[in-house]
Amino acid sequence: MRKSLLLALMAGLVAAAVPAMANEGAEPAPQNWAFHGVFGQYDKAQLKRGFQVFREVCSNCHSMKLVAYRNLADLGFSDDEIKDIAAEKQTQDGPNDQGDMFQRPARPSDHIVPPFPNDQAARAGNNGALPPDLSLMTKARPGGADYVFALLTGFADAPAGVTVPDGMYYNPAFPGHQIAMPPPVADESVTYADGTKATKDQISRDVSAFLNWAAEPELDARHALGIKVMLFLFVLTAMIYAVKKKIWADVH
Amino acid sequence: MSSTKFDNKVVQWVDDRLPIFSMLKHDAVDYPTPRNLNYWWNFGSLAGVMLVIMLLSGIILAMHYTPNVNLAFTSVERIMRDVNYGWLLRYLHMNGGTWFFICVYIHIFRGLYYGSYKAPRELLWWLGLVIYLVMMGTAFMGYCLPWGQLSYWGTTVITNLFTAIPVVGDSITTLLWGGFSVDNPTLNRFFSLHYLLPFVIFALVFLHLVALHTTKSNNPLGIDVKGPQDTIPFHPYYTIKDLLGVGVLMILYLGFVFFDPNFFAEPTNYVPANPLVTPPHIVPEWYFLPFYAILRSVPDKLGGVLAMFGAIIVFFFLPWIDSSKVRSATFRPIFKQVFWIFLIDCLILGYIGSQPPEGIMVPLGRIFSVVYFAFFPLLWVIGKVEKPRPLPNSIALPVLKAGQAGHAEKPLEKA
Ligand code: HEC
Ligand code: HEM
Repeated sequence: MRKSLLLALMAGLVAAAVPAMANEGAEPAPQNWAFHGVFGQYDKAQLKRGFQVFREVCSNCHSMKLVAYRNLADLGFSDDEIKDIAAEKQTQDGPNDQGDMFQRPARPSDHIVPPFPNDQAARAGNNGALPPDLSLMTKARPGGADYVFALLTGFADAPAGVTVPDGMYYNPAFPGHQIAMPPPVADESVTYADGTKATKDQISRDVSAFLNWAAEPELDARHALGIKVMLFLFVLTAMIYAVKKKIWADVH
Repeated sequence: MSSTKFDNKVVQWVDDRLPIFSMLKHDAVDYPTPRNLNYWWNFGSLAGVMLVIMLLSGIILAMHYTPNVNLAFTSVERIMRDVNYGWLLRYLHMNGGTWFFICVYIHIFRGLYYGSYKAPRELLWWLGLVIYLVMMGTAFMGYCLPWGQLSYWGTTVITNLFTAIPVVGDSITTLLWGGFSVDNPTLNRFFSLHYLLPFVIFALVFLHLVALHTTKSNNPLGIDVKGPQDTIPFHPYYTIKDLLGVGVLMILYLGFVFFDPNFFAEPTNYVPANPLVTPPHIVPEWYFLPFYAILRSVPDKLGGVLAMFGAIIVFFFLPWIDSSKVRSATFRPIFKQVFWIFLIDCLILGYIGSQPPEGIMVPLGRIFSVVYFAFFPLLWVIGKVEKPRPLPNSIALPVLKAGQAGHAEKPLEKA
């Protein structure tokens, strides 16, 4: 319902305000997502591929602090797989009996270990730009997963007359059109375990869906429960309506 | 008081000592209600239902929430991710605020259309407006709690307005902040007040109902009840009708909770608060937007603040401003049209409030703010010059006639 409303509005606004939008990011084109709509549910295989992209590419720069390794069970990973994924990263723990902090492999109960110990280190590693935490990215930008997809596939050569400073990249999907993130994905940037052809489009789509899951892990449960609640309410309200008619019959 | 006799001995025993059952019978069962109330009369009980939902979901949220600038944002996300059905609780509360305001706005405009603020219901109207004011305070402080970017910057912008008040303005703002900017003390006092005020609202609603049951309900014809033929007992007629309203409201409200829970939310509030980064557009929640538009339409800060508060306070004076003795707009041809213009003006102001204050929005904001305030003196003039249509003799007559003519249902009395 939000989409069609927004679309109608957008069509009007875009038509009226194209010149005024130079500084805004272009409206992201709506994509077909398995999780959209009342009956929408995540495509587990896609989320798994998306996680692979995150793990191999994005997590070199971006943190995802609100998601714990144990949450990956939602994507269909087994307990052992999750243990192995977590154990790849070292995290600080302590103090131990001697009062010292120490490094240990991460456990399923730990949250995803960030690539940098703090924001300053993250900036220092990225030409002064801070790669934002990706846990809530699709909820924190208008357009959600559509926006992330448009951003990842939107890198282009700057048009004539536009100079892009060193360390910046031209991307019309981004507000201001210049982003400090180098294009993170290209054809074949990953090799999918499930044999899916890893085009840039496919990779971007998968990781966008994965980010949507990271932001709204409850979506599957929410939609499933919602349908039951709605059915119940429709029947209940219809029954109340019938009783109301009967009770009021003698007043009119 | 306890003159009623009950068959059940235990009930009778309690009632002789504490007449709750007599009161229930008097105010919720036998209570004589005009027989012609239309569906616009459902929104009071619906607002009450929303208040209860807000209290219950809020109390459970508060068990998991942490009012500290370093933890608040993550604690809300922990509710969403780690508390059993925490996402449901939070979305119920978040969307509940919206639907509470929708009900209350319809309720207020219903009162405006049918002249429910006129004698003898002035106190009832004022209590309602006080509830509305406290609700706005509650919602404003609630929005601060998740400590996202708009929580922080919205709080900063709005609390800063108080500095415009001469002499005491700075002290008031410092008191609100608990320091020299929006920070941890602000969050703590807002949480405390956000927990307290809903109970104040609850008490005010009780008084609102006492006043209602003293003057009795107004009705779509706006004429007084003349006798028993004009009324029906509250139960079962209005209990079932109110229940039907609850069913429809729940379908809409829960539809958003389950299928588009962030429809009314701003994405920017999912970015944790950062005092060093000002978001490009700072917008309050939708229910404040018309007043936000009025605030920004006045070039002077103090003037803007006065206009914004004045836009609400002026409603307290309606019983005197409106010079017409006829209550219902049904019989007031000119007022009826001006009412719809005023309503549309409020919606347009809401849209303007949601846009950045640039370009065409600035003059538009001014024009529609002037229209807003012009409504009130106009109301006085209309009452003097308008020739109302003849009023029916009683409530019972037209209703019974319609019934005999074979109308199964009285149509929703709208315009
Ligand atoms: C080389 C480091 C690096 C890698 C790898 C990387 N990013 Fe980024 N990313 C950045 C930086 C730096 C920014 C901040 C850009 C800015 O603010 O100009 C950023 C910003 C973003 C944004 C936010 C844009 C906005 O609206 O603010 C998103 C979304 C994003 N990255 C997604 C991804 C995804 C998905 C991947 C993996 C496919 C990825 N990034 C890989 C460095 C990286
Ligand atoms: C008059 C009724 C109430 C209104 C209008 C109201 C409004 C709001 C609003 C608008 C928010 C921000 C929602 C968000 O973006 O997350 C909020 C948050 C919150 N409210 Fe209320 N509220 C009410 C009653 C209560 C009560 C009775 C309690 C409990 C004592 C409560 C506890 C909380 C808590 C803990 C939060 C922060 C968690 C969150 O952000 O979801 N509220 N409230």
